[in-house]
Amino acid sequence: MQAEVIQSLLVVGPSHFLVLGATLFSLGVLGFLVRNNIIVLLMCIELMINGAGITFIAFCRQMGSLEGQIFVLFVMVVAAVEIAVGLSIVVLVFKNRATLNADEMEVLKW
Amino acid sequence: MVEGREIFNLLWLVPAIPLFGALFNCLLGYRAGNLVVSIVGCGSIGLSFLLSLCIFRVFYGLPVEDRQIELCLFQWIVSGDFQAPLDLLLDPLSMVMITMVSGVSFLIHVYSVGYMANDKCFARYFFYLNLFVFFMLTLVLAGNFLVLYIGWEGVGLCSYLLISFWYERRSAAAAGLKAFVVTRFGDFFFALGIILIFLQFGSLHFCSVFANPGEVIGVSMATWIALLIFVGAVGKSAQVPLHTWLPDAMEAPTPVSALIHAATMVTAGVYLVARCYPIFELSPFSLQVVAIVGLLTAFISATVALVHTDIKKILAFSTISQLGHMFLALGVGAPGAAIFHLLTHAFAKALLFLGSGAVIHALNDEMDIRKMGGLRRYIPATFFTFTIGALAMSGVPGLAGFFSKDAILYATFVNGGPLMWALIVITASMTGFYTFRIIFVAFFGVKRWDVHLHAPGKAMILPLVLLALLAITGGYMGVPHVLGGSDRISEFLSPVFGNAEVHGSLGSSVEGVALAAEEGGVVEGEAAEGAPQGTETAEGIAGVWETGIQMSEKSLEMLLMLVSAVMALGGIGLAFYFYVYSGGRDVPTRLSEKFRVAYSIFTNGWYFDALYKAVFVDPYMKLSTFFLKAVDVAVIDNIVRGVAGSLLSAGNILPGLQLGVVRWYATVMVLGAIIIILYI
Repeated sequence: MQAEVIQSLLVVGPSHFLVLGATLFSLGVLGFLVRNNIIVLLMCIELMINGAGITFIAFCRQMGSLEGQIFVLFVMVVAAVEIAVGLSIVVLVFKNRATLNADEMEVLKW
Repeated sequence: MVEGREIFNLLWLVPAIPLFGALFNCLLGYRAGNLVVSIVGCGSIGLSFLLSLCIFRVFYGLPVEDRQIELCLFQWIVSGDFQAPLDLLLDPLSMVMITMVSGVSFLIHVYSVGYMANDKCFARYFFYLNLFVFFMLTLVLAGNFLVLYIGWEGVGLCSYLLISFWYERRSAAAAGLKAFVVTRFGDFFFALGIILIFLQFGSLHFCSVFANPGEVIGVSMATWIALLIFVGAVGKSAQVPLHTWLPDAMEAPTPVSALIHAATMVTAGVYLVARCYPIFELSPFSLQVVAIVGLLTAFISATVALVHTDIKKILAFSTISQLGHMFLALGVGAPGAAIFHLLTHAFAKALLFLGSGAVIHALNDEMDIRKMGGLRRYIPATFFTFTIGALAMSGVPGLAGFFSKDAILYATFVNGGPLMWALIVITASMTGFYTFRIIFVAFFGVKRWDVHLHAPGKAMILPLVLLALLAITGGYMGVPHVLGGSDRISEFLSPVFGNAEVHGSLGSSVEGVALAAEEGGVVEGEAAEGAPQGTETAEGIAGVWETGIQMSEKSLEMLLMLVSAVMALGGIGLAFYFYVYSGGRDVPTRLSEKFRVAYSIFTNGWYFDALYKAVFVDPYMKLSTFFLKAVDVAVIDNIVRGVAGSLLSAGNILPGLQLGVVRWYATVMVLGAIIIILYI
């Protein structure tokens, strides 16, 4: 019994990937909530996206379908585009305000 | 004649051509220019007139029993049992009406070209005028009540539009509104009458309703229907007590007053009652109401016309009075005489209005007769035609008004009794007085104006002359048998009215003559103080009584004719004495001071306007003000403001959530996601 549990833990299966994806996602959320630097926030978003991507791959591997992989490809493209736009915004913001602190950028309110 | 019958298939063109004219003037008139507009405007009516003349020729050639042509254009409304096809009916009554309407309209259109030449809204004017003719022809040609109602409301609409034609003037806008509201009041009852007819007869078709109404409805139902229809007619034809809109309607351009408020639209009520005569005949009570309303109207408005100083308003009250004559004729069982008077009055009154229009035009929109005077020498053509109109109007023997008025007076004497007759004869002499008062004050005497005179142009003179010819000759279609004529008009109309014409019932009416003679003598004696004519006429009436019993019908008719002619001439003579002969003595002013009460009653139009203001307008305004303050402002506005305010203050709280801090948003989002996941 004991050995079977250890065995199942040692053999890498879907649950490992799901745990990895969930961990990455949670780290991203946590980082997004606690950090101030905009660049770090962007990186946290990347973490969340990739966590979600790993979850996709895990499920599609288990179910033997390809849709999840296609999704992940799309997600990666979107992430790349997003980071390109996001970083250029960051550059402009830094040029204008000389700071990267997200909490200081609060003018967009009612 | 058989091949000629095909022309009746073109009947629909009679109203349709003016409609095309109206559409053209409405859509393209502003670009086309005044010349094209006037050609289209007059031309369409002219064509319509020519067509109705052609139809009349063929129609007159038909044997009497065939003189009823129906033309169903298309099915309009079909709903269960209810059918309302758009059908037209041509019988002697509508034949006479379309010829008169299109003919008089044509002359007035031509006149308008001259009168409105300098108006900036020329095309709009002709659009309305053509549209009016379309609706009026639809009204008189209608083959069922619903089509008639279309025309009925349509002419009301055009009347409103034309009264308020110069809408920049506040009084014109108000007068249009008043006319619309007052006539709508009558129309409402008319609509109820139509509904009642449909409920009783199951059809709105004239031929099926009027075929044998006595077999379908009883006397009381006939009375209800007749009275409801009559209220509609009272509103449209400006009878007491719904007459107050017509004097105000004189805000319209003068040709409009001539066309709509004298010759055609206001006579629609007379036409309607004449059309529904089979129903009215079933109910003697309703006929009595018609006669009494007509008589009162004729008398009351004639007294007002005696003292008014606005030339158009005098003519307006005169119109009301003459319409009263027509209703009296209907009420005393002489619908033929009513239609006859309608025709002759249309010619004479259109002529008088157009003449007054020429005067007003000449004097730069001056309407007060006291500020005219001596015009005879400056605009002689207008003076001559106006005088002919006035002679025809007052019933001077030989002109149109005499024959028709005499037919009414005779029918009144025979069927209405001597009291009614006395009153209407007095009214007839007042007619002579007030029409000639205009002439003697405005055209004779000294010049009391100081403007550059605009002599009327050819386009204005020509219709005047033609109408004057009609006013002279128009009566000869109804010369009574006594004078060697053949009374063609009532013979022509007799298929429509069946045997409703006057049958002498002398015995019953002679009794009251004594009373009438005395009263007539007294009243006339007062009115004609100092004038020899008064005593003459009183003697005349007394003479009727003395000899009436032994007299045969014919000589009685002759004598009545003589009396009415003497009365008319007496009125004219009195006007002559007052305004020309008495010279510096100023009889009218002295009289008005002596009979101050009567004078103020007359000048204020028997206080109808004041009464309505006190009874309807003021309470209505007060009620409106009350509801404005107590309901609208206090309740409804507060509810609306409360809802808006609470939403606004809620809206002021929620923006607090929007901090502009990205991480706050992210936190809220995560919390939300967690809550959703937990919930699932």
